[in-house]
Amino acid sequence: MPIVTIDNHTIEVPEGTTILEAARKIGGDIVPPTMCYYSKLKGSGGKCRTCLVKVSQGSAKDPRPMPKLVASCSTPVADGMVVQNITSPEVLEARKAIVEFLLINHPLDCPVCDQAGECDLQNLSYEHGANTERYEEDRREYDKVDIGPNIQLHMNRCILCYRCVYTANQIANSRVHGVLYRGDQAEISTYIQNAIDNEFSGNVIDVCPVGALTDKTFRFKSRVWFLKPMNAHRNCTKCSGKVVVWKFGNEIYRVTARKDQFHEVEEFICNDCRYDHKQPEDWTIEGPAKLSKQSVISQNQYGNLKKPSIILPIEHRTEKQE
Amino acid sequence: MGRKILLENIDKEGIERFDVYRKHGGYTALEKALKLTPDEVTEEVKKSGMRGRGGAGFPTGMKWSFLDKKSNNPRYLICNADESEPGTFKDRYLIEKLPHLLVEGLIISSYALGVNTCYIYVRGEFKYLIGILNKAICEANANKFLGKNILNTGYSLDIHVHSGAGAYICGEETAQIESLEGKRGNPRIKPPFPALKGLYDCPTVVNNVETLAAVVPIISMGGEEYAKIGTGRSTGTKLISASGHINRPGVYEIEMNISVEEFLMSDEYCGGMKNGKPLKAVIAGGSSVPILPAHLILKTANGENRMMTYESLADGGFATGTMLGSGGFIAYDEDSCIVRNTWNLTRFYHHESCGQCSPCREGTGWMERVLHRLENGEGRMHDIDLLTNISKNIEGNTICPLGDAAAWPVASAIRHFRDEFEFHVKNPGIVKNIKHGSLKKYTV
Ligand SMILES: Cc1cc2nc3c(=O)[nH]c(=O)nc-3n(C[C@H](O)[C@H](O)[C@H](O)COP(=O)(O)O)c2cc1C
Ligand code: SF4
Ligand code: SF4
Ligand code: FES
Repeated sequence: MPIVTIDNHTIEVPEGTTILEAARKIGGDIVPPTMCYYSKLKGSGGKCRTCLVKVSQGSAKDPRPMPKLVASCSTPVADGMVVQNITSPEVLEARKAIVEFLLINHPLDCPVCDQAGECDLQNLSYEHGANTERYEEDRREYDKVDIGPNIQLHMNRCILCYRCVYTANQIANSRVHGVLYRGDQAEISTYIQNAIDNEFSGNVIDVCPVGALTDKTFRFKSRVWFLKPMNAHRNCTKCSGKVVVWKFGNEIYRVTARKDQFHEVEEFICNDCRYDHKQPEDWTIEGPAKLSKQSVISQNQYGNLKKPSIILPIEHRTEKQE
Repeated sequence: MGRKILLENIDKEGIERFDVYRKHGGYTALEKALKLTPDEVTEEVKKSGMRGRGGAGFPTGMKWSFLDKKSNNPRYLICNADESEPGTFKDRYLIEKLPHLLVEGLIISSYALGVNTCYIYVRGEFKYLIGILNKAICEANANKFLGKNILNTGYSLDIHVHSGAGAYICGEETAQIESLEGKRGNPRIKPPFPALKGLYDCPTVVNNVETLAAVVPIISMGGEEYAKIGTGRSTGTKLISASGHINRPGVYEIEMNISVEEFLMSDEYCGGMKNGKPLKAVIAGGSSVPILPAHLILKTANGENRMMTYESLADGGFATGTMLGSGGFIAYDEDSCIVRNTWNLTRFYHHESCGQCSPCREGTGWMERVLHRLENGEGRMHDIDLLTNISKNIEGNTICPLGDAAAWPVASAIRHFRDEFEFHVKNPGIVKNIKHGSLKKYTV
């Protein structure tokens, strides 16, 4: 099995593992951030380029460095590979540029966005972005559209990660959800504004890293950080019935799938559980849900708090930072 | 007179017809190839040293040898006729005038690769070529050079013509494969490379029209003979699409041993600058390659004559050199505005980006908007460095080379013509009053 070194940590992983998955096995600060890759979705990844890393040694057999930064989510490891993520100033600089690109056509309407507080883009720019803005031109604008009774699409906020496209393709029988047009004019769309109607369609809301796809039954009900996320389950014939219910007092405001530490859904849930069971008696509460450390709402609420790691400005960084 | 190999018979009346093509020695290379084993044919192509004519210049023989021959899946050959690079128009010319040359090249190449199904992916705007190609294919079929059991050798091949829908990005080989499969033309993430997993996940080779046509003379004369033409690792002849402010725009076949100056000035080729105006700059290999000012395109930084070869044009790296690319040679005279030209090219890349990866999707549009402001006298000094920085942030960080292709023209224009960008900032009045036809205010 190949042995790979990432930011001075060495690990042995099965053949075919990507650099990103190897880094996730090591864990901690050296895990590259991801905006498009989703381990549960076949074919996802490679697009957003936030997970770029530097391969300073290709393999034991061919120790030459790779000529360009590579997307860690879609590059398999090789035996003897040496990878630099946060120990490479070049990588951090490129990542900062990527954050800037992602924010160009993003409206920065966080104060009124339902995703605020649990938004991957917010977290990413907090950790990796520059604190000034250089983009002064117009941003693209779209009207909000309802895709089906329960989901609203707000294209202005979309970062075209394609996660929802893969989700829709992989859980529905017929393909009704895709991308139209090209370049920065590209947009997520359903076939002639068709309702996405299949029993698992609501999962596109959970996989969307930003506030482009939101739950209409929850829109503007509350800021997420005022809610208490609790693991809960019910007997469901369609899905596992294992969810997180978001409570305010005794009232259930919304239901989502459970997410792991990388902010990925653990098990997709059905629309019945998501939209139609909002009474306390519908659910057996298991206890508080663990939130990922980056999440804004995890701060001040539950145990295992971690101070956000401080990213030094590039000029203060040394190659080997412990 | 330079030697013509590909275009030797182009002026013969009716050469697009099978009988005329055959009378002038057509399909004899195929007959010769079918007497060799497929590996021997590949060996000839390797010996020829020919490099792919689609832009990247990767040695064709080597590319063929990467094709996975162990897999039990069918293998495919795709002929890339999506030619959409601004400044490049050689493939269209070749297909229009010499369709049988391409068909013969496809049959020989397919035979060498053990391919039984071959596709020609034709740019959407080139609808008129489809009829020409299909006619040539039918004629070859009728004469037993194509179809089942070719010339009783037991080898069978079908060639299908497929029309694109007008997207530059579908010229990128993996986007082309997706498009052929009936999907959105998004480039794939590599690895895996098409040689292992291409069309329908089967081993696939994608080659340019000119590359595949050149296989015919390689087999006719033998790889070693072909390798003697040209210089160094630039063997054989190359089609150059010449345009811009020159007296004789058109497609020229050159031996890769003439200087840029000779190509530009000689009456056999470009015939000198239009109205005798001085040369200002040249884009030597299609819009994607760095633009060079007159003094650097005619002589390298060491003062040697710049030649029309892969190596010589690349001499000096991107600091003082460029690339042969797909051979789209665009000459600019002293009246051309580099800022406007750069904006125009960037507009193209912005329009053609598939939008998969964030640096290219967002960066191309950003550069276009900033350039548009500069061009309209609304730029500021720091915009110039901003542009360089955006192009640097795109370059190398994308899925496919379109990102690089969008970044290089901007970076090189600022590298070599910074004074012109500064002029635009300092003289908004003058710049605004120059009318270049319709100058619409840019809106998103
Ligand atoms: C954005 C983009 C557009 C391209 N367009 C073309 C094209 O129109 N025709 C072509 O032959 N190659 C094109 N290429 C290059 C192909 O990807 C591929 O390298 C080429 O067809 C290989 O052929 P060759 O080995 O014969 O050069 C393009 C590449 C990129 C990145
Ligand atoms: S809507 Fe959300 S999940 Fe879908 S592509 Fe846009 S950002 Fe990604
Ligand atoms: S570089 Fe541009 S064209 Fe190529 S895959 Fe990325 S977005 Fe698409
Ligand atoms: S997470 Fe790897 S490119 Fe988006």
